[in-house]
This record gives sequence, C-alpha cells and structure tokens, in this order.
Amino acid sequence: MPMTDDEVFKKVKEALVEALSVEEDEVTLEAKISADLGAESIDYLDIIFRLEKAFNIKIQRGELFPDNLQNNPEYVQNSKLTPAGLALLKQRMPQGDFTEFEKDPDVNKVTSLFTSQYSVQMLTNYVKTKTA
Amino acid sequence: MRWIWIDRFIEFEPLQRAVAIKNVSLAEEHLHDHWEAFPIQPASLMIEGMAQTAGILVGQARDFKEKVILAKIAKAEFTDIVVPGDQITYQAQIETITTEAASTKGVVLKNGQPIGLVDLMFSHIDQNLAGAKFPEENFVFTGQFERLIAPFLEGRHG
Repeated sequence: MPMTDDEVFKKVKEALVEALSVEEDEVTLEAKISADLGAESIDYLDIIFRLEKAFNIKIQRGELFPDNLQNNPEYVQNSKLTPAGLALLKQRMPQGDFTEFEKDPDVNKVTSLFTSQYSVQMLTNYVKTKTA
Repeated sequence: MRWIWIDRFIEFEPLQRAVAIKNVSLAEEHLHDHWEAFPIQPASLMIEGMAQTAGILVGQARDFKEKVILAKIAKAEFTDIVVPGDQITYQAQIETITTEAASTKGVVLKNGQPIGLVDLMFSHIDQNLAGAKFPEENFVFTGQFERLIAPFLEGRHG
C-alpha cells in the first residue's frame, strides 16, 4: 500500500531533524531547506543517504539536487542554462519561482536559486514520486 | 609527520567495520594544558580518533585511491570524561558509501564501557567541489596510516 502524504512527510522530517540538528517544529512544509534550516552542501548528501535508508530508495547524483549541471553541455552552454537545462531545473523545483532567474539563466546562480527556494514540500513531493 | 590519534587497530573488516584503540597517557603533552590541575582527553581529539578509525575504513574501501576528507560531524555526544590511564576504543561502521561520499556511525568506549556516539561524513574530494583539482598524490593516506592496517590486509593484495 502506498504511503500517505503524512507518513512520507513524517519520515522526511525525521531525516531533516537528524541531518541538520534542527527542532521538529522548525521542519514545516514551507521551510526552505537551506535558507531556513541551514543546510550546506554536504548536508544534502547526508539528507540523501538518510532518505535512501528511510524509504529504501536509490537517489542518483544530481537527481534530487541538480549539483552537476555545469558538467553537461546539454544543460549548460557558455555558462547559461539551455532550454533543456532550465526545463530540468523546473522539473526538480516544480513550485519554484523562476521569474527573475529566467531573465539571466546564469549557471552560477543555480545554487542561490536552489538554496533560497528549495523547500521541505518540494523534497517531500520528490520522495513521493520515488515511493509511488 | 601526521598526528595519529589511534594506537592500533584490533579489528578491521573491509567495507564493514573497524575497531581501534588508543591508550591515554600523561606523557602526552596536550594533557598538561588540558588541564594542568585536572587532565582530561579533549572531546575534539576523540572525534579525531573516530575520524581516523572511520576514515581509514572508508579509504580502504576504495583501495586508498580516493582522498577521503572529514566533511561533517553529524553527531558527537559524550557522557563521560577520559583521563590518563584510560583506554579508548573506537568502533566505526560504514553506513553508506558512494562514489562521492560516505557516512559512518561510531561508538566510543572507555575501558570497555560505551561513553559516546560519533557519526561522521566523509567526502571523496576529487569527486566533489565542482571539479576543483587537487594534487595527484594522495596526501590523505600516507604510509603511517597504511601501516596501521597492514596486519589486517596481508595477503589481500598481490
């Protein structure tokens, strides 16, 4: 039987509390994982490892957080995201606000876009697609 | 010279777990200042001891080809102090290991009794940091580290 939204969120919350040493009540669906909960780059690997164990899933590098875009000419050319790169980013952050970013899709801004917007809700939605 | 914070491995199961011991002695200078009136082993050095135990375990898992760097102290909790004359045991096990990183769980014991939990993450730095280049030579795993586990690996290579 598939897990309910609440069950997925509860496990995601556990992983975030452990990985980021934050209080449970800080981990709301709206909370941004970097901007609000303080995650740094190594924490994302920690989160991935914990989610893989908690949900018995496999998360490939770059699948959850697009940290390897710049190495792929399909997604980045002349330091700008290609339409395919932008589409991938939007797929990873379906509730993201890309208005400003699209004016100048500089690959160097992807990290700040991600850290300012990636939320617990987005992470939970992603995990749901993996466990469905 | 490297500052080695473990004396010897007593168990080493490649890819799984490693156990190392460290005898704490008043002959060690750092204890004279920490503290003069009441010497205790600093918790930070017990974390380093665990990092060396677990780091060598992680390094050996990739045949010491990766540069393994301590990237995160996910947990470090101690419930007792360690003083000269005590023996510390570091029990480390690999939780997850991938191309770019590894996570380990560890228990610290004092004279056989658990007194701490230290969970760590290590980065394989050549696989991370957005393609930043590091020296070819493996500056992490020098002869000193490799000699520590040599007795457990004899016959495994060549």
